Amino acid sequence: MALMDYMTTKKDELVGWIRKFSLFPYPFVTACCGMEFMAVSSTLYDTDRFGAALPRFTPRQADLLMVVGTISHKEAPILKKVYDQMCEPKWVMAFGACATSGGFYRNYGVLQGIDRVIPVDIYVPGCPPRPETVIDAIMMLQDRIAGDHHPILPAEQRGREPSHANKVFPIFPAADRVPPSQT
Amino acid sequence: MDVSSPIPSHLDRTADAGNVVVNIGPSHPATHGTIQIVAELDGETVKRADVHCGYLHRGFEKEAEHHTYHKVIPYVDRLNYCSALNNGFAYAEAVEKLLGIEITRRCIVLRTLLCEYNRIADHMTCVAASIMEMGAMTAFLYLMTVRDYIFEHLNHLTGARLTYSYVRIGGLARDLPEGWLTRLEEILVFAEEYLERIHGLLDRNRIFIDRTRDVAVMTPEHALNWGFTGPTLRSTGLAIDLRKDAPYLAYPELDFEVPVGIKGDNYDRYYVRMCEIDESIAMVRQCVRLLSDGPVSVDDPRVTLPAKELVYTQIEALVHHFKLVSEGIVVPPGEIYVSHEAPNGELGFYLVSDGTSRPYKLHVRAPSFVHMGGMHTLLEGYQVADVVPTFGSMNMVGGECDR
Amino acid sequence: MTGRAPLSYEAIERELGGLVERSWQSFGMPVLELRAENLLPLVTRLRDRFDFALFLDVTAVDYPERSPRFDVVYHFYSRRHNQRIRLKVRVPAERPVVPTLAGHYGSARYMEREVHDMYGIEFAGNEDLRPILLYEGFVGHPLRKDYPIEREQPMVPYRTG
Repeated sequence: MALMDYMTTKKDELVGWIRKFSLFPYPFVTACCGMEFMAVSSTLYDTDRFGAALPRFTPRQADLLMVVGTISHKEAPILKKVYDQMCEPKWVMAFGACATSGGFYRNYGVLQGIDRVIPVDIYVPGCPPRPETVIDAIMMLQDRIAGDHHPILPAEQRGREPSHANKVFPIFPAADRVPPSQT
Repeated sequence: MDVSSPIPSHLDRTADAGNVVVNIGPSHPATHGTIQIVAELDGETVKRADVHCGYLHRGFEKEAEHHTYHKVIPYVDRLNYCSALNNGFAYAEAVEKLLGIEITRRCIVLRTLLCEYNRIADHMTCVAASIMEMGAMTAFLYLMTVRDYIFEHLNHLTGARLTYSYVRIGGLARDLPEGWLTRLEEILVFAEEYLERIHGLLDRNRIFIDRTRDVAVMTPEHALNWGFTGPTLRSTGLAIDLRKDAPYLAYPELDFEVPVGIKGDNYDRYYVRMCEIDESIAMVRQCVRLLSDGPVSVDDPRVTLPAKELVYTQIEALVHHFKLVSEGIVVPPGEIYVSHEAPNGELGFYLVSDGTSRPYKLHVRAPSFVHMGGMHTLLEGYQVADVVPTFGSMNMVGGECDR
Repeated sequence: MTGRAPLSYEAIERELGGLVERSWQSFGMPVLELRAENLLPLVTRLRDRFDFALFLDVTAVDYPERSPRFDVVYHFYSRRHNQRIRLKVRVPAERPVVPTLAGHYGSARYMEREVHDMYGIEFAGNEDLRPILLYEGFVGHPLRKDYPIEREQPMVPYRTG
């Protein structure tokens, strides 16, 4: 049994190594952070070095959803739809202050952070974040993917919950889940 | 969870049973993320198009009514984020005129220099994004490199790469640091070299010409009827440019031309922007020669913060600083409409003040929003693959369109 | 461009005097205040006689303690005279209706949709007044002074875990 655990651990390491260096981002670009996303993808700060250069503009083929820019309430259904259309395994990066928490917009139009509608793996602060911050975030995400459990064998699939089920943090206290004006 | 589209389209039922209704966006690489185009297609031809914007509505006007005049400045930057300084200077001019303040000579020339410098960055972003969407990755990467040097350079000046918050009512946040002008000249030389390469790659490129010539043609009357301004209007042949017609800042003293196109198609819009970059580079050099010594912020106690040494040592300066920061600048009642020639067109600020330290109403006349209103006329009759270059040539900036 | 004289006060009085209630200058821009029923004839005359071919902007200002409550503000640009002009129409809160300019200028459609969205002002004759910056199901008009800024109306239910 210890041998099985050892093999599973080694398999997880191998799959983690493969997955972390072949990220296919889906750049859900809306606002100013998009300019920094374009800068990060370009030659001076290259995401190609991390294997995360080729954007896939269809959620079916992407595994990293980079939510770049402000998400308004009008855009939230589209974001949810795109997230739901992605296949497992998938990770979400909240790029910028507006995606993380609504930024400095606190009004009727802006969703106060995308983690109110989809689970987020890594938050990148900044308005807009410097490209080095984004690369740091990608590297942190890669560390997490490398250390994660990757149940790819059929024996592991039975009775398994979807991977985002265990991404329940942060859970908002009940008082905070509904906008204050609607309580 | 079934979520239907936030806005019903008029094209839910096609007029012709053989036509297909296609939804492009809003999460689409070529629509710069925030525009939804519902197109009715007959084969490859777009018969009708319905353009929906508003997916980036961030409540700028409502926020402006709840913040003091200085606190609005970061919001203003995020309107046309590709050229944030232009927005800031137009807004500051509106407030300064209501206050009756004349900014200093050095500030005028520096603002003009930065306007043109940011115009270079904005036009480069527009050209780069639109040609990348047509497949020209090399040209995109060249322009991104130059633009990144401009960003780092402005970072040295203002502290931020993209959304600078550099303008202050009555002047600027700080003066130029050491060595900034030397580096400016280096970047301009570098930009010119790379622009030569872009011209070489695109101007006579068979594929580029096939995709952009005679696509989305506009006549001058059509452009005026649908409210187009800026390079889009100038590509039709009309030389309407606020820098020449109603000069502001240091433009009366600068020697430049206004490039115009011939047909008003996508190729003309690209070429007008490239020529405007060349004109802007020349204008930046003229501004460097015009730069004189002097203070950068006007010495008016109503708006300018006192010097830090005084704030730390004298009680009057401390109280003055406190009042200016917490209560804000008090602007006399009135209303004003100030418009500048932003890289996208005529950017106007309509400011209504009621005598308190917060704007009563701050409306932005956003060129991108008006262009989106007329864009469906440029899509109908052309092929669905022409949607991408046409949209790219409009330079729709989401922050400005949806505010 | 040489040879373009700005519109003089006398020309405005002569041509448009009957349709305008008040007029004044605001930082070099003539401002005309008029009633809603005179809007279309005035705009037609501005466009045809004075070449105000570029419709710049329409917006509204909310004065809740004043009656009539709204001020609908238009801006136009004339190439021949190289001048901008502002029109203001007072609109009561009980019946916020203004005739549409969509028949005169194509750019009016989108801008009137935005004013309708934000203030609730009806533009009679503009059949397409769907929400443009907001969405179906949004209740209220956010830029009115009595709409609290933090009242969000989310479309997607928030996560609970």
